[in-house]
Amino acid sequence: MRHHLILRVVTKLLVGTIILFALYVQFHGDYSPGGGFQAGVIMAVAFILYGIVFGLREVQAVFPVWIVHRMMALGVLVYAGTGVLSLLLGFDFLDYGAFAPEHPSHGQHDGIFAVELGVGITVTGVMISIYYAFAARPPRISDEEW
Amino acid sequence: MIELLINFVLFFMMVVTALAVIRLQRLFAVVMLSGVFSLLSALLLVTLDAVDVAFTEAAVGAGISTVLMLGTLALTSRTERSSSRSSFVPLVVVAVTGAAILYGTLDMANFGSAQSPAQLGVAAQYMERSPHDIDVPNIVTGILASYRGYDTLGETAVVFTAGVGVLMLISGLYRRRRREDDEDEGPGVNT
Repeated sequence: MRHHLILRVVTKLLVGTIILFALYVQFHGDYSPGGGFQAGVIMAVAFILYGIVFGLREVQAVFPVWIVHRMMALGVLVYAGTGVLSLLLGFDFLDYGAFAPEHPSHGQHDGIFAVELGVGITVTGVMISIYYAFAARPPRISDEEW
Repeated sequence: MIELLINFVLFFMMVVTALAVIRLQRLFAVVMLSGVFSLLSALLLVTLDAVDVAFTEAAVGAGISTVLMLGTLALTSRTERSSSRSSFVPLVVVAVTGAAILYGTLDMANFGSAQSPAQLGVAAQYMERSPHDIDVPNIVTGILASYRGYDTLGETAVVFTAGVGVLMLISGLYRRRRREDDEDEGPGVNT
């Protein structure tokens, strides 16, 4: 899409805002609609938009394939690891009270923060790698035919 | 009253969009209309005060899946091939399934009923105890991440599995095939 000047400029302006909004949805999910899943999707959209406008090679220079693939597993590990951590602290699996025994609702805040982060990382990784998988195949329809 | 009107308008627009999707042969327009359909259902969920679900629907349905559909479209074809078979049997199947679903809704609680099973289960307890137990203003987040932590862990694992499955189906196959092509071409082309 080298010839679409407006698209390229607007995309450059928007990508940062989209990432910021994704972070807001991620870390403000306790107070407003949203959470890890939605934030992960929005975060992925920022990179997918960049990839659509500037091409697959450009976006993979920013966000290499190997990082994206590891993020998929990392998120699940963060989530399950939170549960294992609470087990090690002598509480039930995923009982966030473990992180602040004297003040359980604070522990809940920490636990929710951690698991939402895990969900966000996995969803971002999965969405971007599915996009990469589709975009890496040579298209059968040329750019002009659309 | 105004909410009823909005619901009717949204449902009407959804039906029109769905009919357009059925009629159109150009798949590019179909993909765009399916994005429109998702946005309309997101609006419907907003009028039901289910903002979290509406958010997901707008981000996934209208955003990501439209992009993935376009990606698929680029790999296949732009127009739908018209079917040569008779459409009588599919029509019967759809009609019977639709009748069964309509029959099933007769047993459901009325719209907005306080006596519906969803309101009588643990939901009331969650609402009551959440301010003390979790102290998170958005109860949906509290339920998803804490009360239903196991479920959400399972969902995350499902997302992960789905991603791995798609990767194995698409990119792995492609890479292997290209490597075979390279090996085939290697000495043959040079000599």
